[in-house]
Amino acid sequence: MSNDPVLMQDGSLALKPGYADHAADALRDLRQRGDAVDFEVEHHHDVASTIQLGFWIYLMSDCLLFSGLFATYALLNSHTAGGPAGSQLFDLPNVLIETMFLLFSSFTCGLATLAMNADRRNATVGWLAVTFLLGLGFITIEVREFAHMVAIGAGPDRSAFLSSFFTLVATHGLHVTCGLIFMAVMMVAVLKKGLTPTNRARLVNLSLFWHFLDIIWVGVFSLVYLFGVAH
Amino acid sequence: MNVANEAVAGHAPHGSHGAHGAHGPTHKQYAIGFALAIILTVIPFALVMSHTLAATPLVIAGFALAQIVVHVVYFLHVDTSEEKRWNLMALLYTAVMVFIVLGGSLWIMHHLYVNMVPHAMHGGVWK
Amino acid sequence: MFGKLTLSAIPYTNPIIMGAVAFMVICVIAVLGTITYFGKWKWLWTEWLTSVDHKKIGIMYLILAAIMLLRGFADAIMMRSQQALAYGSNMGYLPPGHFDQVFSAHGTIMIFFMAMPFIIGLMNCILPLQLGARDVAFPLMNNLSFWLTAAGAVLVNVSLAVGNFSRAGWLGFAPLSELHYSPGVGVDYWIWALQISGIGTTLTGVNFIATILKMRAPGMTLMRMPVFAWASLCTNILIVAAFPLLTVTLGLLTMDRYLGMHFFTNSLGGDPMMYINLIWIWGHPEVYILMLPLFGVYSEIVPTFSGKRLFGYTSMVYATMAIALLSLIVWLHHFFTMGNGADVNTFFGITTMIIAVPTGVKIFNWLLTMYRGRVRMETPMLWTIGFLITFTIGGMSGVLLAEPPADFVLHNSLFLVAHFHNVIIGGVVFGIFAGITYWAPKIFGFRLNERLGRASFWCWFIGFYVAFMPLYALGLMGATRRMDHYDVAAWHPLFIVAAIGAAIIFAGIILQVAQVVVSIRQREQTRDLTGDPWNGRTLEWAIPSPAPAYNFARIPVVRERDAFWDMKQRGVDLKSSTFVPIHMPRNKAAGFIIAGCAFVVAFAMIWHIWWLAITGLAGVLVTLIRHAFDDDRDYHLGADEVRRIEGLHGRVQARSM
Repeated sequence: MSNDPVLMQDGSLALKPGYADHAADALRDLRQRGDAVDFEVEHHHDVASTIQLGFWIYLMSDCLLFSGLFATYALLNSHTAGGPAGSQLFDLPNVLIETMFLLFSSFTCGLATLAMNADRRNATVGWLAVTFLLGLGFITIEVREFAHMVAIGAGPDRSAFLSSFFTLVATHGLHVTCGLIFMAVMMVAVLKKGLTPTNRARLVNLSLFWHFLDIIWVGVFSLVYLFGVAH
Repeated sequence: MNVANEAVAGHAPHGSHGAHGAHGPTHKQYAIGFALAIILTVIPFALVMSHTLAATPLVIAGFALAQIVVHVVYFLHVDTSEEKRWNLMALLYTAVMVFIVLGGSLWIMHHLYVNMVPHAMHGGVWK
Repeated sequence: MFGKLTLSAIPYTNPIIMGAVAFMVICVIAVLGTITYFGKWKWLWTEWLTSVDHKKIGIMYLILAAIMLLRGFADAIMMRSQQALAYGSNMGYLPPGHFDQVFSAHGTIMIFFMAMPFIIGLMNCILPLQLGARDVAFPLMNNLSFWLTAAGAVLVNVSLAVGNFSRAGWLGFAPLSELHYSPGVGVDYWIWALQISGIGTTLTGVNFIATILKMRAPGMTLMRMPVFAWASLCTNILIVAAFPLLTVTLGLLTMDRYLGMHFFTNSLGGDPMMYINLIWIWGHPEVYILMLPLFGVYSEIVPTFSGKRLFGYTSMVYATMAIALLSLIVWLHHFFTMGNGADVNTFFGITTMIIAVPTGVKIFNWLLTMYRGRVRMETPMLWTIGFLITFTIGGMSGVLLAEPPADFVLHNSLFLVAHFHNVIIGGVVFGIFAGITYWAPKIFGFRLNERLGRASFWCWFIGFYVAFMPLYALGLMGATRRMDHYDVAAWHPLFIVAAIGAAIIFAGIILQVAQVVVSIRQREQTRDLTGDPWNGRTLEWAIPSPAPAYNFARIPVVRERDAFWDMKQRGVDLKSSTFVPIHMPRNKAAGFIIAGCAFVVAFAMIWHIWWLAITGLAGVLVTLIRHAFDDDRDYHLGADEVRRIEGLHGRVQARSM
């Protein structure tokens, strides 16, 4: 659908919301014709773009939530209080595998988006399923790492360093888990109702969320694991 | 008579699928992004795991920043188009905020330690 | 089964608390009884509690805030009377533990559950109307935000009857708020009340930013927006930037208290100073989150009641943005004395002082708007002038405190308490009352009683000076904040004067309650039939009062700043002869249910009732998923119905064609 205003039968302008700046130009030609407009009933595209902006702003606020955790980790990572330091605990090959799970899942998530854009419902669900499994693999590795650390006495209550490590990494893990639930719900929704405009808007948000978590993970593996071992 | 299709002069219609048609992401974008992400991940890991001297925090941070940019451009599809203007503005603003939170906190706390607990700076109480 | 919760959690033996609890219970029973007696439950549920109409949500915010103002003020009166009494051998009537809860509750309530709901309520009531929008971007999320805020407020009040409240001040500084020093449930109540309402506020921020950026009427470019909309935009950007930091800080404290971690403890490497740093990264923007929208309110009132366009619109916009940005880089001035040394203190001292510049620009803009205008001294204008005087004094004491060497003397003294009450009462509270008086015709459909409003203003205005000027002096004489007892003879008379001031403000509040009651009873005489009672300038006055559910039957096209004024100048007739169906969101219970579950989770976590917390969390998740599969979200209000409603307000034009 075009975003341009159109003339209605009674001489008023029909215009979709959300195009205030854009409309100002278009209206220059139509100054004499009307002082009020009726919104056209068709609204899916516009609602979708507002939802996406809203979700984007939420992601930005989530990013700041992580910035607080990163700042705390950056400060406290030397506060080992006689307990183990990162270089003694981190298993880099393991982290690399974990990272690859997430990177591949980002790629397959992108493929799901492409399948959605091509109106291929089954392919969309299929790629989502692959993404889900990769995400689940990531979580499994993370949980095993945590369990191992707790077992050898390096739990979150051992030192400020470990508190901040567990909290930062687990907050990311919790986000991934929420993403998995979101994904499961979306797979069911797409299978049940198809690629409706609502489902499309949500799938776009889901992919944004998933790629966003990947970006946070880049921060985590660099600042936490690589810094920790390189020091 | 239906005049609802009379488009406003000077503004040609944009084509029927603005949101997921011509402007949408492509396979190529994802493939390039994915390849770059893998490379930018593997290099710092390799540097650290091989214990080379090149694995300084600055180098690692550089690779991380580069990879974040790759993800933003190729996966989140943020660009300078009119449609994404607010997304880009929000992202830049967030980047500034992250800098303020991280940089400000560390600057403040560093000065605090220098002034109040000097011995901690040389591997004292917290190690 | 019930974790730490036993019957002994209810403080039977304390007559003051039990009196307050009894009063609260009687009030609640009276309200519930009245609703039942008139058979209004179904109406209340379908029309209000589940409403997604921003105007109704706004009114619910205002009611919540007004109730919490009374609660917070009761705490204030207790503190003032305690300090007037507790000199020398007289220990007053509040034991230290209770006094500490009172000042903690006062600060928490006044910021989070009085000022925040008032400003978010005003934004809800007015912002979409000013933008020429039919609703906010996410109507159901708006409802959820409100109920999350309400859940937090209820939690604070529950702490009075079940258990106790925090004794660690309104910001719960670590390590005092850590388990080792505050083992009870008080701090947990504080944490969860703030956490829940804070999430609600973040969602509000997201919602309003999307609304402002996406839903403006055609032709309303950013630089044609009313200043209140600009101020709201900046405020919501600050909310989205700052509130996640509150969430993190409270989250980390929660980890310390519940899982034995060591973020802010004194042992095993924890650093309490990081808590102070983190909480103020949120805390300082927060005071501008409170203040900026009211700057917007004044910027609407002054031009309207001066009959002139706002002086220096552009500079006002840039000043607002400058304040919003600067407010993010001044947080250290709350802890100059922590020991950062000269470099850091100088940087943050200077950034703080710079804020006075854009604020000064604003003050002069308002003054120059009034200059040579036809100023109508109606109640909103009275509050505004009260603000201009009081806020300027408060701002100057703030610049004084921005001086690190001076701050070393004045830190934690009553001088500071006087300063922030000077700007918050003189700026925020006066602005809230100005805004409510100004927009009451639009929100409720009738004006508020003028005489009682004026009387209340004078009580507040004089009462403020009598109550807080002595605190400046006391601060300079060395009196610290949060004292439940003192032995200095010279302080005693000043504390008595301050208590008298509080009594005068109390009279002002009683007059306001009377004003509301009288205004409702006389509403037929003061009903606003024109939709434009003050000769307004912005779009909210272009529609009937109170606004119909869809706000605008036809969306106005904006060509100038002060869009409605421009239309009146050009003689535009907004009546219409044809109507189209209007797309409307449907009322939903999901927001209420999710917030209810969040309340259950919080209460269960406070009392360590783990099974209940998990149940509540599952409730949140199930409700969200059920809602995701609910396709019955909207409907179309038929053109005939729109015509009928517009007809009630005389807004239908006979077809000439």
